[in-house]
Amino acid sequence: MIYREAGQFKSSYGADQAIFPILQDRIAVAIMLAIAVVVIPLVAGPYWLETILVPFLVFSMAAIGLNLLTGYCGQLSLGTGGFMACGAFFAYKLSTAFPELHIVLVFLLSGLGTAFVGILFGIPSLRIKGFYLAVATLAAQFFLVWMFNKFPWWNNYSPSGVISAPPRAVFGDFYLTGTQATPEIKYLFLLAFVSVMALLAKNLTRSRIGRSWMAIRDMDIAAEIIGIRPLFAKLSAFAISSFYIGISGALWAFVYTGSVEALAFDINRSFQVLFMIIVGGLGSILGSFLGAAFIVLMPIFLSNAPAALGLHISVELVSHMEFMIFGALIIFFLIVEPSGLARLWQIGKEKLRLWPFPY
Amino acid sequence: MRFKTLGLAALGATLLASAVATPPVGAAEEQFVPLLVYRTGPYAPNGIPLADGFDDYMQLVNLRDGGVNGVKLAWEECETQYNNDRGVECYERLKGMGSTGASLVNPYSTGITYALIERATADKVPVLSMGYGRADASDGRVFPYVFTMPITYWAGADVMMQYAKKETGGSLKGKKIALVYHDSAYGKEPIATLERLAKEEGFEFSKFPVAHPGLEQKATWLQIGRQLRPDWVFMWGWGVMNSTAIKEAAAVGFPMEKFVGIWWSASEADVVPAGDSAKGYKSLNITGVGTSAPIFRDIQKMHADGKGLADKANIGTVLYNRALVNSFYFTEALRTAQAKFGKKAMTGEQIQWGFENLDVSQAKIDAAGMTGLLSPVKLSCMDHEGGGSAVVQQWNGSEWNAITDFIAPRRDALRQQYEASAAQYAAEKGITLRDCK
Repeated sequence: MIYREAGQFKSSYGADQAIFPILQDRIAVAIMLAIAVVVIPLVAGPYWLETILVPFLVFSMAAIGLNLLTGYCGQLSLGTGGFMACGAFFAYKLSTAFPELHIVLVFLLSGLGTAFVGILFGIPSLRIKGFYLAVATLAAQFFLVWMFNKFPWWNNYSPSGVISAPPRAVFGDFYLTGTQATPEIKYLFLLAFVSVMALLAKNLTRSRIGRSWMAIRDMDIAAEIIGIRPLFAKLSAFAISSFYIGISGALWAFVYTGSVEALAFDINRSFQVLFMIIVGGLGSILGSFLGAAFIVLMPIFLSNAPAALGLHISVELVSHMEFMIFGALIIFFLIVEPSGLARLWQIGKEKLRLWPFPY
Repeated sequence: MRFKTLGLAALGATLLASAVATPPVGAAEEQFVPLLVYRTGPYAPNGIPLADGFDDYMQLVNLRDGGVNGVKLAWEECETQYNNDRGVECYERLKGMGSTGASLVNPYSTGITYALIERATADKVPVLSMGYGRADASDGRVFPYVFTMPITYWAGADVMMQYAKKETGGSLKGKKIALVYHDSAYGKEPIATLERLAKEEGFEFSKFPVAHPGLEQKATWLQIGRQLRPDWVFMWGWGVMNSTAIKEAAAVGFPMEKFVGIWWSASEADVVPAGDSAKGYKSLNITGVGTSAPIFRDIQKMHADGKGLADKANIGTVLYNRALVNSFYFTEALRTAQAKFGKKAMTGEQIQWGFENLDVSQAKIDAAGMTGLLSPVKLSCMDHEGGGSAVVQQWNGSEWNAITDFIAPRRDALRQQYEASAAQYAAEKGITLRDCK
């Protein structure tokens, strides 16, 4: 009833190709952004900002990165944790070696460095496909974490191998890292940064390069025949994906935890991000956000729920229940919608357009 | 279709319910203690006796003494599964509870300690990392809110070396010492100290990292037992790595009497799974073993009355005792703070003062009925380690027995190491040293 596009005419190609072609969508997105920027920092306490929204945004970034590679270009990767470690350690080396470098520049440069590493480990993808490629990227995962653990140069010869983010300001007195950083600044910075990067990713997938990735994903021989170079398409997907993942690793180490060791980026981290895009939806930027929300927030909600409902049960029982319910939910969602939460959202939208008179 | 809608609706309702409700707040005059525990997950065999020790001691203080100077202790457990992210989440969830907020945090994980140092410092909540975490946090000028008492890993390495030296007849010159360590922040801590000691004492030092979780050590032990044949093996292990190492050491015939673990390779859960092969294995401990201290009479009585919180089988185990000592340090710091600020619930900042002025003398230990469970410590603004000591204990196949008195590490050289490392941290972080006058 309210969600109708009748009467909205497009008079230019630009309007027709807009990310949100329907007016109601644009209004909804604007309202959501306004809530995220203005209302949430005012209403949410430090617990919400710091331990729920900050990791959610960081993981969204990683999920977008992996989605570009796996969801859009069809190259299965299990090296996400290793690439995140690259970003974190590059950012640490850069910011300690060049203290005058601006923190945003540090993040972008560490992403760039990770992109090169990604290209390096993407080369085998020209020859191997599918599950075999997953095994090859697994090598990246183990090699990179091993390297950062093994050579003390990466952590400035700290006796324990832990890197710790030096205090840096976004501008003026607004510290993003260190003890002076407030949850509000961390949240707002991440919100802005991740939104811009997500917009870039969305546009990238709608451009020539994004379409060449999708062609490779759908059938690489056909893509080659119509003139897409697999070398360029695959390596660019690895580069850009690693760029995003590297930045998310740097954000993880600098903005979220503040200090991190290489082991924090073990194979489980790779699986975590992979599950995010599978649950959220392969080949969807929105799905990356939904998947990150599901995998990051659901366990926290589940472990908080009994106390919030006024039930006092022992922590081990809560923790066991959390595992069972979380597992059941994953299976439930995959049965209901194998293409992920993003698809569920899309179906909802289509139904809404027909409501209240479905045919 | 209906099933689907119902499921989605139920999910939405749970989300909403958990979003709306706020955590309960303790009564006015209670001292709130957040407990980060791991009763599930891979390290649960270690986490359960630790958590039980905390519960029992605080329950005992509330029931027997009516709290600390009339202020009752309140606490809430949060399950971390020994996972750093969950540890941070738990800390943030619990830090604001109670009338004065969190009194202190005992992370019981080196990784979580690292993640909390900055946060807790910003929130003015003391971190008591008792025998784990950052060794250089002993420098109170750089780390005002972090306490490492009674002893750090670096000091532990020194104690181990002293013990090995004494057993070898007073000199380690030309001897070989191997370190088997968990390849993580925790396991790497003693390396710098042992390398320095190797130069000073003239022994040959070799390192054997073991990848997490430590189930695969065949190659490591073949190398140690067949090729290197060291005079001593030191171990920085954790969880399942410990019992695996003991089994593998026995398999290559390495003598257990020459195998010494750190205090996290020292619990019943580490040796019992290794069976008979663990007989003779030694380890350091920062607390006394057994149930001979007078406080256990009160604890047994509490359990006889049905008011104990721990699993009875855990009473008197190594990690249970460690949690008792940890809680005792806390209540003493609270008492010290109350002597200055008044007999009411203290804030984190006031408890930090209490810790810095803490003086746990032998007389206080005896008065609390904890004789033999811990060595005296005295902290200051400069020194957050407090001069504690460690004992060497040996497993006889059914229980741990202390085989030495408390051995004090030689802290002069260690202190220089702490200060150098803390200075590097301060330089990276742009921290100006606190004036400790």
